[in-house]
Amino acid sequence: MIEYPRTPPGTQPAYFHEAYRATHRRAPRQPLICLPHTLSELSGPLYGHNPIGETDNDLTRHFPDPPQGERIIVAGRVLDEDGRGVPGALIEIWQANAAGRYRHSRDNHLAPLDPNFRGAGRALTDAQGNYRFTTIKPGAYPWRNHDNAWRPAHIHFSLFGSGLLSRLVTQMYFPNDPLIPLDPMLSAIPDREARQRLVSSFDLSITEPEWALGYRFDIVLRGRRCTPFEEPQP
Amino acid sequence: MSYIPTASQTAGPFFNFGLTANPGLGNLAAAGAEGERIRLAFRVIDGDGAPTPGDAMIELWQADSIGRYPHPLDARGNETGRFHGFGRLETDLNGCCTFETVKPGRVASPDGSLQAPHINVVLFARGLLKHLHTRVYFESDPANTQDSVLALVPEERRATLLARHDEDDPATWRFDVVLQGDRETVFFDV
Repeated sequence: MIEYPRTPPGTQPAYFHEAYRATHRRAPRQPLICLPHTLSELSGPLYGHNPIGETDNDLTRHFPDPPQGERIIVAGRVLDEDGRGVPGALIEIWQANAAGRYRHSRDNHLAPLDPNFRGAGRALTDAQGNYRFTTIKPGAYPWRNHDNAWRPAHIHFSLFGSGLLSRLVTQMYFPNDPLIPLDPMLSAIPDREARQRLVSSFDLSITEPEWALGYRFDIVLRGRRCTPFEEPQP
Repeated sequence: MSYIPTASQTAGPFFNFGLTANPGLGNLAAAGAEGERIRLAFRVIDGDGAPTPGDAMIELWQADSIGRYPHPLDARGNETGRFHGFGRLETDLNGCCTFETVKPGRVASPDGSLQAPHINVVLFARGLLKHLHTRVYFESDPANTQDSVLALVPEERRATLLARHDEDDPATWRFDVVLQGDRETVFFDV
């Protein structure tokens, strides 16, 4: 068994980031201990057998009536470090509604909930690593990190690849959002290009005429020897 | 050409309806799975000693009772279908969550030695820009002294990786994840 490459310096956020207040009491202070990769890390949970519902990747169809807001399509490819598509990867997304409010009991933002929008979806990548979601463009919202702090509009992504080391939780942002340069979560990533890769791009080939704008968001998971161990379920 | 892995971002505080809506993921081994049934009770504490109130999530990945992972990289396979090896729960308002599983067996190391029984832990939370990896070992397991990963940990910090028997319930093991401070849990750079 071969170890995964370590991630290049500066391309992942630090645990402690002065500007993101919640890290102050949660980031570990002791140095992390370098772990050789054993079967425990190189294997990982498989989700290919889990049934995915027909509308799980269309967040606008979870209620009989459509949600408020601007319908969008978010699509892309999940790749490994060799640029090969990762088939059968489980993607889970969650997000605020068009007004910038999450359907969560502790979200107190004074913005309306939408009875026709839950804001969570999931999909499996196809044999080439492609995925596609239909949803609503989320709104920006305030948070109490600092004076007049606002999060740029974003969609949370969670991914399972071929092993535990491929596990990724991240956030996708939208192009030309004026809040992006002000965001402490993004500024925690030292490398400028690594930050830029979290910003989706408008894509006319994903856009559907008379229906919805399309955004492309490609994701690279750790791992070089993509093991096509399980075909995605039809 | 080498592609650089996408940067991590925090799961934030509001992941519940997207990731942890299914409490069934608190059970890693269905009824009938072979092995000694245990409960594994976690508590997550920050640098002030305060629990993470509903805004942290723990994922577990473990081998079955004879040390096999239900994954194609493990050539021995695991055919029963009763053992999933994966669990996922959010912490409650007291920073706690409890999984049902079986005690894992020993897994081989790359050098051919056997690792002590352990469960892989991945922690996500508001305030964690990137998830944290740690491992649960079992206090008093004689194999701990031979484990190649525990041997990498300074002796005075090894106890942070040991789950302890609950005094009132021998089937329950308790493990505190301490994010900062004197008893800070050992986390791994993977």
